[in-house]
Amino acid sequence: MKSEYRATALDPALLVVQLLNGVQLGLLLFLVASGLTLVFGILDVINLAHGVVFMVGAYVAASTFLHSGSLLLAAAAAPIAAALLGLVLDRLVLRFLYERSHLDQVLATFGVVLFVDEAVRTLFGPAALPFPLPASLEWSLPLPGGTSYPAWRLVIIAGGLVLAAGLFGILHRTRAGMLVRAAANDARMLEMLGVDVRRLFLLVLGAGSALAGFAGALAGPIMAVQPGMGDNVLILAFVVIVTGGMGSVQGALLGALLVGLVDTLGRAFLTDLVRTLLPPAAANEVGPALASMAIYLLMAIVLLIRPQGLLSVRRAAR
Amino acid sequence: MSAVRTRGGHGLAPLLFVLIALAILSAELWAGPYYLKLLSRAMILALAALALDLVVGVAGLVSLGHAAFLGVGAYTVGILAEHGITSGWIQWPIALFASAAFALVIGALSLRTRGVHFIMITLAFAQMLYYAANSLSRYGGDDGLTIWNRSEFATFFSLADRSTFAWTCFVILLLSYLLLARVVASRFGRVLRGAKDNERRMEALGYPVARFRLVAFTLSGTLAGLAGVLLANLTEFVAPAYMSWHRSGELLAMVVLGGLGSLYGAIIGAFFFVLVEEALARITTHWALVFGPFLILLVLLGRGGLVGLLENLGRR
Repeated sequence: MKSEYRATALDPALLVVQLLNGVQLGLLLFLVASGLTLVFGILDVINLAHGVVFMVGAYVAASTFLHSGSLLLAAAAAPIAAALLGLVLDRLVLRFLYERSHLDQVLATFGVVLFVDEAVRTLFGPAALPFPLPASLEWSLPLPGGTSYPAWRLVIIAGGLVLAAGLFGILHRTRAGMLVRAAANDARMLEMLGVDVRRLFLLVLGAGSALAGFAGALAGPIMAVQPGMGDNVLILAFVVIVTGGMGSVQGALLGALLVGLVDTLGRAFLTDLVRTLLPPAAANEVGPALASMAIYLLMAIVLLIRPQGLLSVRRAAR
Repeated sequence: MSAVRTRGGHGLAPLLFVLIALAILSAELWAGPYYLKLLSRAMILALAALALDLVVGVAGLVSLGHAAFLGVGAYTVGILAEHGITSGWIQWPIALFASAAFALVIGALSLRTRGVHFIMITLAFAQMLYYAANSLSRYGGDDGLTIWNRSEFATFFSLADRSTFAWTCFVILLLSYLLLARVVASRFGRVLRGAKDNERRMEALGYPVARFRLVAFTLSGTLAGLAGVLLANLTEFVAPAYMSWHRSGELLAMVVLGGLGSLYGAIIGAFFFVLVEEALARITTHWALVFGPFLILLVLLGRGGLVGLLENLGRR
């Protein structure tokens, strides 16, 4: 998800655009990461297949939109299909992995990634699926300072904010949400208190998959809808939840915004920053390299200082 | 997979190396250069999987970033060759030193974490190197870098000859296996295995577990770098894709496929992987459609991997 704008100097108007881009990427990542972190928090399952759920969401949205012309229908179809896929994957693969080692979980869900990526490539071809926006959304909001911001990215920010607020509302204001938080904190204790943690897990997996699928639909018009598009998002989402603290939704939000901003601002401004220290030719080499490594450096630094992540719900990593 | 048998003895290893040698011989005599290349590729990936087994199978540390060291070895050869340094006597030691240095630093940082976090931080470091390679525009960026000359060993032997190349891979794989088998059987290896079962107990016994693990990680990264050196020479090309997380996942799959912790299992796993990939790729370009579910079934049903299967058959 590269930003569309490249700054040549630290101009406040461009800084605003880049900040918005960072928040937009962060909110997209949050929609993917929130499900991932709860799935891990409740049953200790590493689910690499969460990225293909995002991809399938984007594909379902793109093809629904191409065939029906209705963006609303596309926005509704993507999360439903994604939730179904998540639950089917649980039936077929995940439920056998709850008690297994992390290595087994990584390998089996890696197999799912290989299969679904290839299935999509077989069905839709290796090229990117077109996902044009309707004319009603093809405009930009003018910003002070002579720049402007595309409407669709504002839609992503708004959608992300609404869903994040809704998610926190459910988690903190409802009984089901309370149980989910309790399960992420200590699933075994909750089970002893008589709660069916399996069912709770399925609920979280379905909802988390729906969020990831919806994120895919939102990202479709600004990302290339192609096989393997979920892989990078998956790795970014892992960086987010490890940075934020695995099992914590607040941590996922904090981590997502940090990762989104560091990545976007790094790509936009780091080369110029390096240029003040190094000759231009060297800076043009080092800058982009550093920018693409920045979020991994962030994660490594956080892990070294706070191995459990910034806002962990549990004690340090076992 | 839980079935881990890291007791002494070489098990099926002697038979395995005889079979590989026979395969090389018959490829030289009848099958032709294509098969020699395929066998070389299998041996190179077997070396990388063998190295990974020391960390994952023996020490119990799941690294999802081992392709990075393969990439460091390969890129060192590629970059030196680009600057006209084609002598293997210079290239190879520098490549080994570079991959050891990267493994030492990445290991020292990653080993401060445990479990899932270790998986994720090794993945993160591999991604870092992947993107760093992508932005090396001087050395091809994401297009990769063609190597015009294989490493030269003056008058001794020439890697340009396919047979010599295959036998070089064979000897390196054999020596690496013997080295690691020694390491695993030694007190050092026993401490690693002990710490896998119960870290606190080994520490209470007075062993510096963290330092032992770091040594194992560095040794493993260095051998994976050596595999990268060979891979760059085989394909005469390096690209960031060598370090992609898919490659790291495939290496893990090979280790588990063969049977964790037995060392030669990793070699069997790598050969099985390369040959099945080759066979499926002939039938369909969509070989992952078959391989993905196969991997899932292997994890769900095949405890102990191929080695476990073979040994069970032998016992019957």
